[in-house]
This record gives sequence, structure tokens and C-alpha cells, in this order.
Amino acid sequence: MLTYIIRRILYAIPIVIGVNLLTALLFFYVNTPDDMARKILGEKNVTPAAIENWKRDHGYSLPSFINGKERGAARLTQTIFFQKSVPLLWLDFGRSDRNNIDIGSEIRSRMWASLAISLPTFTLGVFLEIVFAMALAYFRGTYLDLWGVVLGVVMMSVSALFYIIGGQYLLGKELKLFPISGYDHGIYSMKFLVLPVVIGVLSSVGVGIRFYRTVFLEETGKDYIRTARAKGLSEGAVLFKHALKNAMIPILTNVVVSIPFLFYGSLLMETFFAIPGLGSFTIDAIQSQDFAIVRSMVYLGSLLYIAGLILTDISYTLVDPRVRFE
Amino acid sequence: MAGCTNDPYRSSEKGANVFYTTFNEPPKHLDPARAYSSDEYDLIGQIYEPPLQYHYLARPYELEPRNTGRVPEPLYYDKEMRALDHDAPAQRVWRAVYEIKVNKGVMYQPHPAFATDAFGKALYLGLKPQDVKDVHEIKDFRATGARELKADDYIYGIMRLADPQIESPVLSILEKYILGLKEFSDLLRIDLEEARARRRAVRGASYNQTVDEKEDPIALDYRRHPLPGVEKVDDHTFRITLKAKYPQFVYWLAMPFFSPLPREADLFYKQGPLADRNITLDRFPVGTGPYMIDTFNPNMEIVLARNKNFHEEGYPRRGEEGDLASGLLRDAGKDLPFIDRIVFKLEKEAIPRWNKFLQGYYDTSGITSDSFDQAVSVSAAGRAELTDAMKKKGIRLATSVRPSTYYCGFNMLDGAVGGYGPDKRKLRQAVSIALDYEEYIEIFNNGRGIPAMSPLPPGIFGHIEGADGVDPYVYGWDRARNRPVRKSIEEARRLMEEAGYPGGRDGEGRPLVITFDNPWTGVDASTMINWYIKRFKLLGIQLENRTTDYNRFQEKMLKGNFQFFCWGWNADYPDPENFLFLLAGPNSKVSSQGENVSNYSSPEFDRLFRIMENMDNSPERLKVIREMLSIAQRDGPWVWGYHPVAFALLHDWVGNVKSNAMANNTMKYLKIDATLRERRREGWNRPDLRPIWAIAIVLALGSIPAIISIVRKRAGKKK
Repeated sequence: MLTYIIRRILYAIPIVIGVNLLTALLFFYVNTPDDMARKILGEKNVTPAAIENWKRDHGYSLPSFINGKERGAARLTQTIFFQKSVPLLWLDFGRSDRNNIDIGSEIRSRMWASLAISLPTFTLGVFLEIVFAMALAYFRGTYLDLWGVVLGVVMMSVSALFYIIGGQYLLGKELKLFPISGYDHGIYSMKFLVLPVVIGVLSSVGVGIRFYRTVFLEETGKDYIRTARAKGLSEGAVLFKHALKNAMIPILTNVVVSIPFLFYGSLLMETFFAIPGLGSFTIDAIQSQDFAIVRSMVYLGSLLYIAGLILTDISYTLVDPRVRFE
Repeated sequence: MAGCTNDPYRSSEKGANVFYTTFNEPPKHLDPARAYSSDEYDLIGQIYEPPLQYHYLARPYELEPRNTGRVPEPLYYDKEMRALDHDAPAQRVWRAVYEIKVNKGVMYQPHPAFATDAFGKALYLGLKPQDVKDVHEIKDFRATGARELKADDYIYGIMRLADPQIESPVLSILEKYILGLKEFSDLLRIDLEEARARRRAVRGASYNQTVDEKEDPIALDYRRHPLPGVEKVDDHTFRITLKAKYPQFVYWLAMPFFSPLPREADLFYKQGPLADRNITLDRFPVGTGPYMIDTFNPNMEIVLARNKNFHEEGYPRRGEEGDLASGLLRDAGKDLPFIDRIVFKLEKEAIPRWNKFLQGYYDTSGITSDSFDQAVSVSAAGRAELTDAMKKKGIRLATSVRPSTYYCGFNMLDGAVGGYGPDKRKLRQAVSIALDYEEYIEIFNNGRGIPAMSPLPPGIFGHIEGADGVDPYVYGWDRARNRPVRKSIEEARRLMEEAGYPGGRDGEGRPLVITFDNPWTGVDASTMINWYIKRFKLLGIQLENRTTDYNRFQEKMLKGNFQFFCWGWNADYPDPENFLFLLAGPNSKVSSQGENVSNYSSPEFDRLFRIMENMDNSPERLKVIREMLSIAQRDGPWVWGYHPVAFALLHDWVGNVKSNAMANNTMKYLKIDATLRERRREGWNRPDLRPIWAIAIVLALGSIPAIISIVRKRAGKKK
């Protein structure tokens, strides 16, 4: 297993470098360092000299990929790509272009707020989705199944924004049960988490129920389930002991790959509920043309994606003995 | 469920003397040498104290000393350094000297940068990463100290403006005026580059400027070079020498750029381990003001706490007419500040912000377009009033005209819309008439604006109210109703004919096409663009929209590659010079990267501008300004647009509120009745659990058929 993981990590290196290269290429062709400087320095009193100085002080006056003025290794090292991207390999994200803050420190502090929302939303959501999907599979063909499916379709058709604004209006403004928005630290954060978690679960549960119901129905139509029923096992035992175990592969594919991205948070939730997470960090950086943050978050995203895929592969072996690392 | 509450604050905050407000995006900079936006000033205005401030109540705006003896009067000298009269012509003035006396006994806030050991040595210099592993905010340092404010601190603050690493946005302006600042800045730039070259030589090919300066920031020694324009007279007196007469300079002395900054604080923050933890001067200011940073979490909240070392300062004893009657002088002479803590909460979205204001959790609020109808109704007389629902809650409305102007302009270098011939003027005048800003303000601003007659908004010297103030090329005057009346579209069409474009077509019958450059995005953008297209169409002109991203837009403006554009300007200080320079030829965007985006250049206007900019407010200055406005109105480089009016809502427990568009340090004057606020909040926010119980019952009832079905299935199996 260890050899497999090491091999997968080695495969990931060119992917990560490629992602970095593409980000740099896209950013510099669409958006030159001059554009960044102009945007960051503001609207008033921005002289060409100020733009040149900004580029020099933030390391953007170097050539992009090859420095013809240098000799030897410096031809490669004294370039924007090398200087900005190589420290990322050891997770040194550097400082933001916009306000010089330490990006690593910012990610570490924002990550916990994102997790505080996304982890319970995700766990509760997956739990409810599986439970309700199994219940619908149990009552398949009845009016409960019919109305459950209809409700699921309705819930997945409604925009997340509607859930957020409606939830804030109903539960926060009209019924006055929870704060409309905000966040606090430690135990004090609890009252701020209920509303976004409830809304997060409600907005995602429709899709999940429909998906898992299909998975369970597919499993319950297989021969081994018929055999189990023929043996006289109760429907509950058939579903929980046999169907659930065998439906784990599609469930894990869906669930495990999402886990690393819980750190990333949710843009909409965090913006509307004023939660200081990572959700809006990248979007804010794109809007303010802070390449340092964009680069760091894209890099982190690629790492998380690779981690998600490796975790999924490992989890397959845990639920299906037929899957082996090769 | 019984403990449910929508109160976003901790129970320990109940009844506390705290002011709650919001910010909608994290401030970029709190360093007084860099901060340049109103949201940043809302914070640092309460912490730093530049030499002057605007009187809170007096109108028109007037300056008063802050920690200094008096508002400095400049002394003028000629080339032989002979003293000149105060009203000496600008050409004769070789040097203008401002002497500023600093009050004795003013102390800085408690701060670890001032903490010393028994031998007087700074306690927190030379920090290692392990020394700060438990430090997340400035309040995590156990020891603090304080010291008296000195003239050296103001001098150090000005020297920092020249530090190339700080990128002060006003350096390029101040270099033109402060003696030796440009040379000083150039020398610091050389020092910086030399320091980098030395580090590069040591590291070789592996040198990485960003990583290197992150680990070990370069602290330039300002004392190595002379700055003749800023000199210390004694511990509590310093002088600023300007290279020319510049009466507006006193306004700069009220801006945070001229705040005192203790060298200890600068050196303290230039330590790599602190910068690694985002503990920098850009986040944790050090000042002498009424408040100091207690919590700085720009992603959630910023809390200011009362500075226990704040010097004596009383609430103003005088104001303008009506202030006494409205109770604004009730606290005259009382010690400031009144409030213990100011909490700024991050609220990016307007809906939660507005609802929490209505619930009493924020003390003040602006009004967005979405909530405008809920908050404000326009009376039959056209006056904005609060709706009954707002009045019932005791909410009050405060309005103020901002010292800003939003305008559209023509590129005066363009062959079709620019130029100074009578035909070109008539074309622009016709467009000015067609762009009906009364309608625009109603549609897009809910009536919150005043159609402009010139760049000068109300409240700025030179702005003329009434019939004398209207732009005669765009408006007439309705004597019966005593108000300006926009000229008719027929009049505009007649002007088009005279300009050589009858029906919007040239002599060969081709339609006149004008391009419209803007960087507008957002929900209203396309409606606004369509409005412009529709108004131009009334003259037969085809307006071709060219929306681009902000950078492309800036680039077009810089290169002069545009015909028609819209822009805005917020004044730095309440002087006509700060508006009229937007039309001065030497400030042309294309030729000198200045703020004259229209590239308007009128020798007569420029001559008068040079005279006006060096005059004190007087009838003579007013006469010059009127001449200038008349030239600009005739040439019409801008469609004057409008001056925005800010609407703010306040709960009845907030006292001593008076809109002051220039001052940024007004929170020390505010007062809160925390008991009344608590009572109101309790009354407005009783949780209602009934619908929750109803939903629970429905769910329980709904599950009965499922339970019956399970029981039946089991029973069937048993049989």
C-alpha cells in the first residue's frame, strides 16, 4: 500500500507543476503585472513610476520564465515563475500582493471557520441522504417513495441562494430563532452554525437522496439480495447488512473525494453568513487581482484534488476486498 | 429550542457601552502612510491623530488643532529668504514654512513597542520565531509601555511617506511641494536597491527577493539622508517647508498621512517573525487617538477599545445654527470619547446587514436600493422622509451631500467629440442637455443626488446656489418655482443642427457614432448603459457601448483611446482647487498621467487656475472661480452629472450624530443609550417557536403511514 501511495504521489508532481505553469501562463497573458499594479495601487495618483516601483518591490519586474540577462542557473531562478512558484512546493505561500499579508497564516486561520460549517453540513447531509435514500428504497413503489422522489426533485431544483435568503428571512428575521449572520470563536460559534448548517443540508440533500436511492435500488435488484430475502432475512437486515455494504463503492466515490475540499468552504454560505472562511478568499483575490493568493489557492486546490483521489482509492480497498493496490 | 435567540452577541455584552457598526470588505491598509479609502479612514481616524482635524459641528468645514497649539499659518519667503506678506503673489514665494507646535503631555496608547526592561532597553526587539509562537494579536504581548508624543514622531511619519517599500499613494503629490522629499525618496530607493544587491550577492542564483524580505524585512535608516523640508526645532516643535505657495497644504495636515509615528513601533513591526504572523503596522496601528485596536480579524470583526492614555479633549462648545436646538450641544465641554468600544462586523451582503439593523443589532445603517422603499418615502413636496414603519421604530434619517462628483466626459483630443470650435462646443452642449440627470438620479439613485452645474458640490467654496449658479448652456431658470429647468430636447436638436449634425447625421448623411467606454459590471450596469444609449438616440447619435474590464478601461484612458466615458471624484479636502484641478491642462491624463481624464486644455482656464489655487477664500477668489466655471461650462468637456447625497439611518439610542463628510474621526463624539437599546432589542426579538412545533407535528403525523406500513410488512411476514 505504501509503495502504491508513494507512486501516486510521484505521479502527482508533474500534475502539480503543470497546474502551476498553466495558472502562471493564464494569469500573465490575461492579466499583466502592470494591470495588477494598477488595480492594487488604486485609482488616485497612480503614476507610471509608481507602477514600476510596485513591480520591482513585489518581484514582478523579472522576466516571466527565462531571464536572458542572467547566466547559469540564475537564468531560470531569477524569473517570476521560479521565484513565485517554487516555494509553493514546501507550502511557503508567500505574501499577498494586495496587502502583504502572510498567505499561509491566513489560510490556517480561515480554514477552521470553513470546516466549522462544511464538516457538520457534509456529515449530516451524507447521513440524512443515505438514511432517506434507504427509506425510499425500502418503501419503493409506494406513495411514500413517490412523494419522497417528488420532494427530492423539488429540493434539488431550488437555487441555493433561495434557501439562504429564505432561511435567513424565516428563521432569523421572522421567527427570530437564530442570528441572521455572523460568527464567533469556540463555543460561542454554535449559535451561528445552526442556521447555515440547516440551510446547507436542505439545499444539498435533494440531489443526494435521488442519487443514493438509485444506487440502492440497483443493488436491491441484484441476485444476492434476492437470495438473502429468500433466506427469510428481514428487509432491514437485507438493506443494512447486504445492500449498504455493496453500495459503498459509489457512495465512497462520491463522499471521499469531497472530503479534502471541505477545507475550501463555500463561497455563498460564507458570504451571506459573514463566516470568515476560505470560501470567499479566492474570489476576493481574483477580483482584486492578487495573483499571489490565486496561485496559492489553485496550487492548494490541485493538492487537495490529488489527495481526494488517493483517499478514494484507499477507501475502496477497505470496503471491497476485490480491489487491490497494484 | 428554548434557548434560541437571534442575538449575534455574547451575553456578556448586554447593556455594554459599545457601538456596533459594519464594514463590507476587509480594509487593505491601516498604515497611515498607505491608507487612502474611506473604510480605512473609518478605522485609523479613531486611532491616529494628525496635527489638525475638522470641527465636528461647524459649517462650512473648518480646521482646528488636534494635538497642536493652533492651525499653522504659513510664513512666506522670497529667493533671498526675506519674509513676504501673507497675500504675496505665488510667483514671488520661494519657500512657505509651516511651524507646528506639539502639545506637551500627550501620551501614546499602551503598546509592546514601547515596553522596556529595567535598563530602558526595548523588550521586544530582536524577536525569534519561538518568542512569538503564542502571539496572534498585539494584545497577546504581556508587557506594554507608552511614551510622550514628540515632534520627532511627526517627522518620522513624513519620512516614511518617502520609503519606497511603503508605496504611499500621495508621495508623487507631496514630492512636488515638500522641499527635498523627492531627493530623499530617491536616496531611499537607492539604499533599498543596494541592500537588495548585497543580499543577492550573498545568496547567488538562489536569491528570492520575496522570500528573503519576508524572512528578514529591510529596515531603511531614514537618518542617513537629509530631508530639509521637515526639520525639528525642539522636542515639541517642527517645521515643514514647501517649495511654493500652496494654501491647501493645511488640509493635508488633517489627513492620516501626516500622523505621528513612533520609530520604536516601525522597528518593532519590521521583525520577520511578527510579519510571518501578520502582525504588522498595516494591521495594528499605534496612535495617540481616543481608541486603539483591540481585535483585528478583518475576516470577521475589528474591535476598537478606549485608549486609557487619551489626552484631554472636550466635546465642541459651538456649532452651526440649529445645533443647539437639535440637542447637539447638550454635551458641550464633556470629556471625549463617550463610548467604550467600537465593534465593526464584516457584513458582505446587504440583506443580512439591513435585517440586523432593523433588529437593533447594528446602531446605524446605510440604505441600499433594495431596502430604499422600505425605509424612505418621498413626500408630495419631493422631500425624502422615513416611512411609518421606520418612524415607529424610532429610527432617524441623516442626509448629507458628499464632497464628490460623478460626471461623464468627452475626450477633448478626439477629432469628433473633442476640440474647441463653436461646432464642437454645441455638440457637447446638446449631449449635456439630452443626458437628463434628474431622471438618472430618480431611476438609479432613488433620488439621492443633486444634478451638478459644475464640478463643485454644495458646501465647497465656489459652489453657487440659485439662478446664478446654473449652467446657462444646459439649464434655464424657472422664476415661478424658483428652480432650474433643463433645456428641452428640441433645443438640443437645434444645437446638433448648428454643430453640423442635423438629426444626428453629418453632411454626407452618415450617422454620428460615439463610443462609450466604461468598466461597469453588476446588476444595474446594462440598464444604465441602455439609459445612455436611449438618451443619445434622442439626438440621433448612435452610442456604441465598449464595456471592458477595469484594466483595459484604465489603459484606454491613459492612451486617450476613447470618446465618451463616465468617472467620479471624491475630494481629499474641501477646497475648490481639489475639484477644478480635474480640468487643468497640466494634469491631462494623456500627456502627464494626471487626473484630467478629459484632457481638457484651455489656456485661459489654466491661467485662472494658477491664480485661484494660491488664493485664500475671498470675494476675489470667488470671482476667479466663477470665471473659470463659465469657461468650462461654455467648452463643456464634461456632462456635469450629479453630486451624490448620502442617506444614513440611526436608531434613537445613538446620540450626537451630525453628518460630517470631511472628518474621519467622528466616533469619539457619538453617544449610546445602552439601556434603551437593550429594551428595544428585547421587544423586537422575541423568538417565535410555534411554526417549529407545527412542522414537528406535521412530520410526526406524516410518518404514521410509514410506521403502519412497516408494522403490516412485519405482521405479513410472521403469518
